[in-house]
Amino acid sequence: MNLALKDIRHNFGRFALTSIGIGLLLMLVMGMGGIYRGLVDDATLLVNRINADLWVVQKNTRGPFAEVSRIPANAEDRVRAVPGVASSNDFVSHTIQREQAGRPLRMTVQGLSWPQDKGLWLPLIAGRRLEQAHFEMIADKSLGLPLGHRMALGKDTYTVVGLTRNMASTGGDSMVFVTLADSQAIQYDQSGEAVRMEREARKSRASDFDPGRVQPEILHRAAGPSSGIPALGPPPVSAVLVKVTPGADPAQVAATIASWPDVSVYTADAQRRLLVSGMVDKSRRQLGLFRGLLIIVSAIIMALILYTLTLDKIHDIAVLKLMGARNFVVINLILQQALLLGTIGYGIAYGVGQWVFPVFPRRVMIVDEDLWLLAGIVLGISVLASLLGIWRAMKVQPNEVIS
Amino acid sequence: MVGESNNLAVEASGLTKVYGSGNTEVQALRGVDLSLARGEVIALLGPSGAGKSTLLTIVGLVNPPTAGRIMMEGKPVVSEDRFVVDVRTFRRRHMGFVFQKANLIPFLTAAENVRVAMEINDYSPRAARNRAMELLDYLGVADRADAYPNTLSGGQQQRVAVARALANSPSLVLADEPTAALDSVRGRQVMELFRKVAHEQKAAVMVVTHDHRALDVFDRALEMEDGLIRGTAVAVP
Repeated sequence: MNLALKDIRHNFGRFALTSIGIGLLLMLVMGMGGIYRGLVDDATLLVNRINADLWVVQKNTRGPFAEVSRIPANAEDRVRAVPGVASSNDFVSHTIQREQAGRPLRMTVQGLSWPQDKGLWLPLIAGRRLEQAHFEMIADKSLGLPLGHRMALGKDTYTVVGLTRNMASTGGDSMVFVTLADSQAIQYDQSGEAVRMEREARKSRASDFDPGRVQPEILHRAAGPSSGIPALGPPPVSAVLVKVTPGADPAQVAATIASWPDVSVYTADAQRRLLVSGMVDKSRRQLGLFRGLLIIVSAIIMALILYTLTLDKIHDIAVLKLMGARNFVVINLILQQALLLGTIGYGIAYGVGQWVFPVFPRRVMIVDEDLWLLAGIVLGISVLASLLGIWRAMKVQPNEVIS
Repeated sequence: MVGESNNLAVEASGLTKVYGSGNTEVQALRGVDLSLARGEVIALLGPSGAGKSTLLTIVGLVNPPTAGRIMMEGKPVVSEDRFVVDVRTFRRRHMGFVFQKANLIPFLTAAENVRVAMEINDYSPRAARNRAMELLDYLGVADRADAYPNTLSGGQQQRVAVARALANSPSLVLADEPTAALDSVRGRQVMELFRKVAHEQKAAVMVVTHDHRALDVFDRALEMEDGLIRGTAVAVP
């Protein structure tokens, strides 16, 4: 006869409510671990997905994920000429916030070097990749933009042609992917009035120096679009991504590029380390500490619940002892209930979590490794928590029944 | 005298029990001698503080005496101030207890309350189930086998408690004021049950009681006072 199950059967309502309480507490622990994982994964998501061998960034900066990085757009051409470089792409990324149906819509705009990069590396769940140079976008599903949705960004309107899942920036903002040119158009968009005023200012500056006065064409160009002035280069990019040819030594390629005075070079691993140890480090540690505290709180609450459950049965335990029950009968009664409480609580945490975590604003990433670890922790907590009850049960004397 | 020495369930001599020390010292037992034969049912009478419950806990191997000797089933179980057997095993195999309150385990049904006594004594679940039903039937509560204690009357609860006490065919049943919570009719029924159990199951039964109305049920009634057995209160023919 299993006394633990008999007790649970008789006091099912109380046990069920207790299990739900423990389950929700464990769900918080599980969720906190998932948020921690999601944070780290989001931080390294692009670096992992893009899978570049080298990241070329502004000199003495840590790259576009850590701080503002601007390098000339022609850096890509220079990089491509380095022996051992198979391909190179410009990397442009910036975050914008717009309104959509009355609610703020925050997104990170990622530029793809179309037509070389059509976003083949993106995990599409619906729609297609970019097929034209302008006005198409691939959006993450979490933004809630359906396929075919048209959205005005800057002076242009973009159509959602593809959807991804779980593509978020280091800050947790959902991503949209457009061509590099569109990305820069969105980033450097200015109102017509601002453009007119800038042209007038250029014209005024040109008229104040000799070449402008003697060369009317210069004044004419200064009052026109920026692209018509050779002295003004195209907008800078955040970084250049480098793929090394098979067999080439990435360190050698990196050393060659790093010798230029205007750029720094990082491997993908170095970028990952910079992201995890810099950008998300404090959040990561905070979540880790909070998770640790939650585990301790769970252990204490479980111990108190099991102690109370034991106290409720202390007279019955004394009766069992008087009848000559061995210690393991009593220990089993308490330990089995503790393990059952932990197991059911864990099951509730997992089940409710599957339902609740997807609606969290940031990604909650539950991985098998963490599930097994938490299962081990719950097992440990259950055993440790039952020790208090077992200690009390071992102390009770059979003569308490007689007195 | 009932029984011969080889039929004795309990043979105690020189039992003393002292609680506290110095100014707070209380001598609860002062050299009690007691013999109890299988099939014999005795009553232990006396005022509060006479030492009845102390004697019951010492004979029941719940507390050790300060000095004395107890033989059970022909084997020494207590020598001076210590037990010389594994008391839990001995209680499990050879003793049954009944109290003023039935002390049934509330989360077990009547049948399970009886079964648990056997299952902790290594009965197979099937054997325990069969014997539990036999005992409940014997004590007239088989129809309440699946009822939980809180749905049983006081008398029914005591019958289930008696069935539990008899589950392992003990040689000694100890009862501490088992009728105190019952009315006179049910109280007498329980006392008669003890007599029936003692005679039919060949168990020695020692009942601590204040109830003088049912003394005719007992083979012997011993009067205790100031930690000593003063004599036989009533001799039942």
